[in-house]
Amino acid sequence: MEIMLDIISWFFLVMGSFFCLTGGVGLLRFPDFYSRIHSASLTDTLGASLILIGLMFQAGWGIVSAKLIMILVFSLLAGTTASHAMAKAAHKSGLKPNAEGNNKQQSRESLSKP
Amino acid sequence: MYSLTAVTLLVVMSLALIRAFKGPTLYDRILAVNNFGTKTVLLLAIIDFIAGRPDFLDIAIVYALINFISIIAVLRFFEYAQNQTVEEEN
Repeated sequence: MEIMLDIISWFFLVMGSFFCLTGGVGLLRFPDFYSRIHSASLTDTLGASLILIGLMFQAGWGIVSAKLIMILVFSLLAGTTASHAMAKAAHKSGLKPNAEGNNKQQSRESLSKP
Repeated sequence: MYSLTAVTLLVVMSLALIRAFKGPTLYDRILAVNNFGTKTVLLLAIIDFIAGRPDFLDIAIVYALINFISIIAVLRFFEYAQNQTVEEEN
């Protein structure tokens, strides 16, 4: 029974680490701010949920699991709210979605400037 | 298995720091800092299980609250600040 719980917990931890890693790579490699916010927020909630559920399997019933559930619920609420606020603020300030990539154009513009 | 997750989280935090330094716009930096804070909460929860001390979970809860409040505060500040600041960053 202990081994089964360990295996389930390791599976959740490894899957959560994988989703966090893909979110980090997407945050670094995507060309646009809005695609970056998609990658960061989506894998943020999924990776955090999987890692915290994997830790809950190790902790068992008790105060530690209650605290982990508190962190999980708050992270789900706050992460989505912060992502929405960031997208709304960027949209209101006039940042246009650009699939070609903001980086290349801006680097060219900054290079052409003296 | 805890150490594998902790090392992965450290790698992701370094990637977010690279984006925060490179970020062409202001909002990229805010997004990277938000991602860094969320991963810090997860790393604190992992460190709690590595060290075997249940104190770190309280620090993780407080860090999650402070992270959310500070992100909203910074966004409000730049929403009502002078528009020139944002345009210079763009």
